[in-house]
Amino acid sequence: MTGGLTPSQTVGPFLAIGLPWPDGPFVVDEGTPGAITITGRLFDGAGDPVPDGLIETWQADPAGRFDHPDDPRGAPAGGTGFRGFGRCPTGPDGSYRIVTLRPGALPSPDGTTEAPHLDVSVFARGLLDRVVTRIYFGDEAAANAADPVLASIAGERRRATVIAAPDPAAGGSFRFDIHLQGDHETVFFDV
Amino acid sequence: MTTHPPSPPTAFRLPSYPRAEGVHPPLDSPGYRSTRLRAPHQPLVLIQPRLTEITGPLLGAGRVAPADADLTTQHAGEPLGERIIVTGRVLDSDGRPVPDTLLEIWQANAAGRYHHAVDQHPAPIDPNFTGVGRCVTDAEGRYRFVTIKPGAYPWGNHPNAWRPAHIHFSMFGRAFTQRLVTQMYFPEDPLFAYDPIYNSIPDPKARERLISRFSMDLTEPDWALAYEWDIVLRGTGPTPFEPQDGAR
Repeated sequence: MTGGLTPSQTVGPFLAIGLPWPDGPFVVDEGTPGAITITGRLFDGAGDPVPDGLIETWQADPAGRFDHPDDPRGAPAGGTGFRGFGRCPTGPDGSYRIVTLRPGALPSPDGTTEAPHLDVSVFARGLLDRVVTRIYFGDEAAANAADPVLASIAGERRRATVIAAPDPAAGGSFRFDIHLQGDHETVFFDV
Repeated sequence: MTTHPPSPPTAFRLPSYPRAEGVHPPLDSPGYRSTRLRAPHQPLVLIQPRLTEITGPLLGAGRVAPADADLTTQHAGEPLGERIIVTGRVLDSDGRPVPDTLLEIWQANAAGRYHHAVDQHPAPIDPNFTGVGRCVTDAEGRYRFVTIKPGAYPWGNHPNAWRPAHIHFSMFGRAFTQRLVTQMYFPEDPLFAYDPIYNSIPDPKARERLISRFSMDLTEPDWALAYEWDIVLRGTGPTPFEPQDGAR
């Protein structure tokens, strides 16, 4: 089924011309009740920040629903009214910031339950294809322990790379750095 | 805070979105120097697409104004260069059109210069050209842009490195698995043989799928030449459980 597929190419150094949107980082408006903030930095294998990358997020709404016809549960009546998609270019220090709502847990075809998570695409000069990771939440220990995708990652140390740390000083704030290479290399998925 | 997941109504099977084996460039492609510190070293962890992957943002009309598809009318004057039409269809690998999906493009101007502070190529900026376009596919998956043919430009990858002329294309499809950002090239570019980005795609036949076709039929007489380019995203593969026709 791969006949005829269009291959990927890098976004190159000038993605900032075409991809950022003014409202991209705001999956919901800042100040929305229940809004959370996910911030972090994108690093290369030398530990230097990647200033010309783009982070995209996709997720369920707080009830674990998608406003999408391919969800076998169907879309909620009247839609969810939730964009579910975030996009933020990285700054000179490699930083990004997404304002969103905490996603709900999801049923999985194998009968397990997926812990709340966001899917993440990372684009940058030097990446010939996007790389995909997930953001889980550090304050969902029980749900994370039962998650089938986390279970497929060998080793606690690698699993920890896809779990965002709650900021003890600021409720509703989470930290999620992404390391493309190196000792702290983030787990990337082939989906 | 975790809500109980609603149960699906019936047997719970999802589209499989078979993988694109051997199509995309390896992330570690030494000829393209920027991959050295950015390509992950650990093997990717294989996961079956689940609900988050078989859904995706359905971004359509609200994101795009009709004028966004014409890159030659975004300023007071007309940009310099060869006016072209770039058109084609977005399909999936099962042959189905992908309707109502957002395309975003960006490119250099006719002189090979990007409208970006980091681009220091000593070629002129065109005050009448930003190089950004957006459109949404129609019911048959068709898209159409009017723009200026971009120029080739030098870059720092190796001595006397030049990129073949290209337009960056970003596609969402209808599922997270289908997300694709790539580059469209122009026929018979003499720089193909020297470009490590184009040649990072291992299969020469797959590479050639990034090259648009000149189409005399689609030109507009006395006004613009035309290039046709179809984009094929991952399909859902064999329908897993129930026929899905009519599901849309």
